[in-house]
Amino acid sequence: MRLTRLQKALWAAAGIAVLAYGALLWGPYRAPALVSEAPFRPTFSLPDDAGRLYSPADFAGKHLLVFFGFTNCPDVCPTTLSEVAQVIDDLGPDADKVQPLFISIDPERDRRLGLAAFTAAFHPAIIGLAGDADQTRAAADSFRIHFAREDDAAAPDGYTMSHSPALYLIGPEGDWLRQFTYGTPASEILADLKSRL
Amino acid sequence: MKSVALFAALTLTAPAAFACEPFAVGDLTIEHAWSRATIGADRPGVFYVEITNAGSADDALVGIATPAAGMPMLHETVVTDGIASMPHSMSVPVPAGQTVALAPGGYHGMLMGLVTALKEGGSFPVTLTFQRAGEVTVTVDVLSMRAEGPDCAHAGQ
Ligand SMILES: [Cu+2]
Repeated sequence: MRLTRLQKALWAAAGIAVLAYGALLWGPYRAPALVSEAPFRPTFSLPDDAGRLYSPADFAGKHLLVFFGFTNCPDVCPTTLSEVAQVIDDLGPDADKVQPLFISIDPERDRRLGLAAFTAAFHPAIIGLAGDADQTRAAADSFRIHFAREDDAAAPDGYTMSHSPALYLIGPEGDWLRQFTYGTPASEILADLKSRL
Repeated sequence: MKSVALFAALTLTAPAAFACEPFAVGDLTIEHAWSRATIGADRPGVFYVEITNAGSADDALVGIATPAAGMPMLHETVVTDGIASMPHSMSVPVPAGQTVALAPGGYHGMLMGLVTALKEGGSFPVTLTFQRAGEVTVTVDVLSMRAEGPDCAHAGQ
């Protein structure tokens, strides 16, 4: 009897072990196929123009619309910020559930030129963040975005920036939800947000 | 041609913005020239326009000049492998029978070295140089920073 019980217990343990092992296998096996789609929680620790440090925890409970750019960019960045501003306007009473963030990938120059005045010209709700080189690189890496300084003798200060121009949507718990590719109409972004709020 | 002249006459009598007034040189019609307001003069301004080539020969926009900026250049925003950059363009092709737009996210005039801030509601001249048609000076409307283009249908009514 005892032996049988022990055997049962052992079999049960073995069964659980097999299931657990299977689950372990299943996890890593699934991950590579979904690596670009897998939810992840990008993070940042960056100051605004006034020096107040922000991280995702400061916006817990809100959706974040995050754009990486630089204020010396007269084409791509104003277009996207205009769309973000339109989305915030059109959200009406739901606007306080969405925080738009502009993260500078040219922080030194943007701080010098004034980031808050620039973002406020599009919409007062947009918070502009500009850290030091390390904070900026860490934020970009966390969001898995690319940016690079390109030397260009004809450009102001002798350089310009290349960067990922997409808009990223982060959920109220901090998880990455999706990206809107550059040029996505404001109406499409609005419809997507409304379906989530 | 007749309809262009009529359109021009209508827009001149209406309180239309300059951006809605077409300019012509040779076979080319140039309209919807606009820019975005800037905060101060330290950041580059932008120049957008539409060019229609009604002729049978290809042309190209090879340069822009303006008293509003020390170094105006033609640029093209390109997104390659998810990265946006804006290399210089030596010229913008204006093929026969086609309309080409300098528009957000594509070709644009990059107005570096602004002489003064571009104020919403203001305007400034830009001279365009074409390979075949030669030079033409157009008036550029400064729209709000949030503008995505001039609202000409409305202005012409
Ligand atoms: Cu440019």
